[in-house]
Formats: sequence, structure tokens, C-alpha cells
Amino acid sequence: MIGVIDYGLGNIRAFSNIYKSFDIPHRIITQKHELSGIEKIILPGVGAFDDAMKKFNTSGMRNTVEKMVFENKIPILGVCVGLQMLGNSSDEGVEEGLGWIDANVKVLDTEKVSHSTKLPHMGWNTINIINKEELLFNGIHDKKRFYFLHSYYFDCNHEEDILTLTNYGFNFASSAKKGNIYGVQFHPEKSLENGEKLLFNFAKI
Amino acid sequence: MLHPRIIPNLLIHKKGLVKTVNFKNPKYVGDPLNAVKIFNEKSVDELIVTDIDASVKGDEPDYELIEKIAMECRMPLCYGGGITNAKQAKEIFRLGVEKISISSAAINNPSIIPEIAESVGSQSVVIVLDVKKKFFSNGYDIFTHNGTKKTGLDPVKFIRKIQNTGVGEIVINSIDQDGSMKGYDYKIIDDVRETTSLPMTVLGGAGSLDDLGNLIKKYSIIGAGAGSLFVFKGKYRAVLINYPNQKEKIELIETFMV
Repeated sequence: MIGVIDYGLGNIRAFSNIYKSFDIPHRIITQKHELSGIEKIILPGVGAFDDAMKKFNTSGMRNTVEKMVFENKIPILGVCVGLQMLGNSSDEGVEEGLGWIDANVKVLDTEKVSHSTKLPHMGWNTINIINKEELLFNGIHDKKRFYFLHSYYFDCNHEEDILTLTNYGFNFASSAKKGNIYGVQFHPEKSLENGEKLLFNFAKI
Repeated sequence: MLHPRIIPNLLIHKKGLVKTVNFKNPKYVGDPLNAVKIFNEKSVDELIVTDIDASVKGDEPDYELIEKIAMECRMPLCYGGGITNAKQAKEIFRLGVEKISISSAAINNPSIIPEIAESVGSQSVVIVLDVKKKFFSNGYDIFTHNGTKKTGLDPVKFIRKIQNTGVGEIVINSIDQDGSMKGYDYKIIDDVRETTSLPMTVLGGAGSLDDLGNLIKKYSIIGAGAGSLFVFKGKYRAVLINYPNQKEKIELIETFMV
């Protein structure tokens, strides 16, 4: 059973729509007791970092999720701001991040972006898969496009945590992983068949 | 490498999908949900769906319809129509939408932009400006309420004022070009492009894939929006939902993008 955490932020239903179409059991989680029996967790996020952290911290679910992730090694997938929450801090706000992956969230440097559109980084961009064995990208070819919508990026302090790189004036980590903790900067729930494949893969990990 | 976006723009009027000319004479072209399903199958880059009745009538957004539309979309969806506050925006996001467009509410009261941005993130707040050429000068006026209310505001000045208040994207919709299929109005696009580095999507006038290509050639990363082009086919404007397939789209972008 996949649990999609609804802490008051994000396009929760977009995930359940996809899992529904795959006939994969899933549940939208709004309270901690609903986490029982959950084998995979999705932490979505569309919004601002501080707002997301505050809401998650006061949702009553954080401690239970933390236990599941660290003691029971339940896989978790952070999406967009959900990925950024996994880091230590963010330039976008003052709240502390979860610190589950050693990274700091920084504003995208657009100095080398040649076109006149700068921020946010919006649209379909390619990913370079660094770790080709990674099950999350099973059946997804290098250079496939995913939908991005963000102004801040996940600056990993350890190169080995980076799963994919994407170029927007420079190469940034468009996904990262540490053990059972995964995060993607793009929106798989809005990236047509490649995104559906990724969410399917996550369900099968 | 980032690609420009090619975006069908769908208008909803009396629960049906319509297409207008100069913002007038809405012609019924089908069922909105059915159209969204087809566009999803055609793997469009993004969809803009606008309820053109809501703001005029002062109605709440039609959550039931939004929910149904979002359920069909595996790509980004921008919804507009009747949004005036952060609570409504949040509810729309919860239903599976990632961008909301605001027009008249933000034009009349720009302070709602940061309010909404704070709760849903500025990257998701899209400001739509319906613009029309002035009669006796080179400038443009912003209109609201489906092109019926002249605001007296200048689009460039307005964008300069709001661009750093929590806006994620600017949509410029040309009332003069709407439904004409005679090409985009480059003058206003140039003016706006010089004013802001925010992502920008343009609407009004696209009549062929070459029109989209030429826009991409000129501005590289831009949202090339079109209504008539993706719902009509042929010179008699027979209703037919269409969109370049993946191969055609990549070819188009690679041919025109410099």
C-alpha cells in the first residue's frame, strides 16, 4: 500500500489518479494513524519551502514517518518541494529541513542561461541518468524529458547521492537518493508516460 | 536542454468547450472532458483551461469540473476562472492542478498575488493579461471580463509593477488576434519580453505550426499557446482536436530553435 502524504500542500490527487489507473493500492494520508500498513511513502509538494516544512511539522505525521523511514526502512519519494524538504536548509526560507539527505537548497544560478526567460525553470527538460542500475529509472532512457517547475535546486553535498543531472545553465541534481530515501525535482505525476513509469517503478521497488 | 512549450488553450462557456473570435461569438466545439482526454493521449506539453463565465458572473470556480479535468491530465494543467483568493487556489491544487491563472482579480487588486503565492508558491501563479491595441497610438490596454471592460492600464507598466510580487508566469492574450489564425502580435510580445525575465506564454493568432515555429525562432524559450489551431482543421474550420505528435513536435522545435 502506497501512502501519499497530504499535509495541506500539493497536487495530491495527481498521484492517486496515476496509481488508480495502474490499479496499485494507495491511500491519501492526512493523519498519522492512517500510516499503518503503508509500505511506500510519497511526500509531494507544490509551494514554498517554509510553508511546506511548517505544515509537515505540525501535521502530527512527521515522527511516525521518520520512524518508518529510519527504523523500518520504508522507501520514501519526495517530489519537487518534497525533495527539497529532505535537505538541511533552503535559501527560500528560514525553516530547518528534514536533513535526511545531506544537501542544501539553493536558488538556481541563471547567469549562464542564454535565453531571456530565467526563473522559474519551467517546462520539459532532459535528465542524464548517472546510476544506470537505479530501479527508479528502470525502462526510462537517458535524455528523456520530465516537467520541471522550480526556482531552487537541491545541492547535494555528496556526489554519490545524485541520481540524475539536468542542465539549466549548469548541471544540477534533478533527483537524489540515500538508501531508501528518494527525491525528484521534476514532477513525475505531470510528466506523461515517463513520469507514470517512474511512479510505477517506485511502487515496485 | 529545456524546450519551449506548445500549449493548447481551452475555453469553457456554459459547461461546453468553445472557441471565440476577438473574444466574441463563442462557437461550441465539444465536450471539455473529452477534449482534455484527447489532448492527454496526444501528450501535449501543458494545457490551459479557462472558464470564461466565472469572473463575469462572479461565480466560484467549478470544482467538480476541475476535479474531472485534473483526473485526465498526466501533464501540467493551468486552470483559470473565478479565482479571487488563496483558499480557492489551495482547493484547486488539492484536486491535482499545479498552476492557477488569475486575471481580473489580480488586475483590480494586485495585493492578492503575494497572498496566493505565499500559500501555493510563486512558481504556480500565472497572471493572464488580455490586451488590445489602442486606437490612436502604439500602446496597448489591459481588458478584463472577456474583453468587455477596459481598465486603462498599460500591460508593460502593470507587469513591471507586479513581476516581483509572487508571479511565476505571464500569459499575454491578444484580443485583436484571438481566433484570427493570422499569426501572433509580435509588438506586444517584444514589449513584454523586454520587461520581464519571467516565463511567458502567448496566445492569440496562431494559425499554423509555422506560426509556432517562428515564435520559437524569435524567443527560444517561450510558451506557444493556441486555441483555434488545435481545435479546428482546414479552411472551413471543421472541429477536429489535433496536436503535433512527438516526432513532429521535436522536428518543429529543432528546425526553428536556434
